[in-house]
Amino acid sequence: MKRLIFLFFLFIGLYASAQVKLLDMGHLQKRVSNADTVYIVNFWATWCAPCVAELPNYEKFQAAHKNQPVKVLLVSMDFQSKLNTAVMPFVKKHQYKTETYLAQRKSDEEWINTVDKDWSGALPGTLIINSKKGIRKFYEKEFTYDELNKLYQANK
Amino acid sequence: MKKMITLLLIAGMAATAFKPAAEGYKVGDTATDFKLKNVDGKTVSLASYTAAKGYIVVFTCNHCPYAQAYEKRIMELDKMYASKGYPVVAISPNDPVALPEDSYVNMQKRAAERKYTFPYLLDETQDVSHAYGVKATPHVFVLQKTTSGNVVQYIGAIDDDTENANPKHTNYVQNAVNALLAGNKPTVTSTKAIGCSIKWKKGA
Repeated sequence: MKRLIFLFFLFIGLYASAQVKLLDMGHLQKRVSNADTVYIVNFWATWCAPCVAELPNYEKFQAAHKNQPVKVLLVSMDFQSKLNTAVMPFVKKHQYKTETYLAQRKSDEEWINTVDKDWSGALPGTLIINSKKGIRKFYEKEFTYDELNKLYQANK
Repeated sequence: MKKMITLLLIAGMAATAFKPAAEGYKVGDTATDFKLKNVDGKTVSLASYTAAKGYIVVFTCNHCPYAQAYEKRIMELDKMYASKGYPVVAISPNDPVALPEDSYVNMQKRAAERKYTFPYLLDETQDVSHAYGVKATPHVFVLQKTTSGNVVQYIGAIDDDTENANPKHTNYVQNAVNALLAGNKPTVTSTKAIGCSIKWKKGA
């Protein structure tokens, strides 16, 4: 019985804890490769005020479209050493349910240029991918909820 | 599948072809001089450095954690290169209305607390930041003084290791200035790094 209770709490603990994983570029590209899904990938950081301010829009958008073929991914550009000390606690605190990763990269520059050649590296940035229609656009700007909706409607 | 790839390629080319030219300098351009207010109340222009061979112009600010992460390295750059003819000139590009932490008074405080050995200028109208084409803080422009003006020789990051975690990281700005001091062109002339977006004035 004791073991069962322990397992129960372990399960609850795992379930409740924010799952943020490191993700390298190869795995990101694989993650957004389903041609039947539109991907909206937001690049942000816990220290970036405009990013933090717009995250609820992405969370709300994903929740409102959970039965539609659109997937929001939040990719943090925080330092990789901040996974457990900043990114996970942040996601947990805000109880965000959107799929979240921390960019695992050798250099910022390589990452930035692979995402989009015209991205300066300023945060936030958002990438929309619709492989079926050959759409891949990057925006170095903030998005309101309405703008996110429009972005999806225009590219779905 | 082949058709799709072709379509993608065409789309890609069209996107590149019709993109309007981005504002700001490219390597090889001649940078404009400016007159901006320093934290000591005096006005600073590049021309006021009569003995300079060039300048390390750093767009940075108070509030940005990545600018803060680089602050010591910016201070070191001035200590290393001011005496050799390449002083650091720091400019804060942000609109203090949007970011009170980047106000003139707070800039004065930070410069005094950290004992900056270089000017820390406020770009009140943001005209200089627009002209240079600053996209994020921190963002460095290494200029070489020539008879025909201040020529942009390097644009980008201070090094390739914001976190300062790799002792063998590449010091882009140091390499560029060292090359110029040795009479050569920098080998790496443009780099990128993650940074804080510029807070432009609303309605400007």
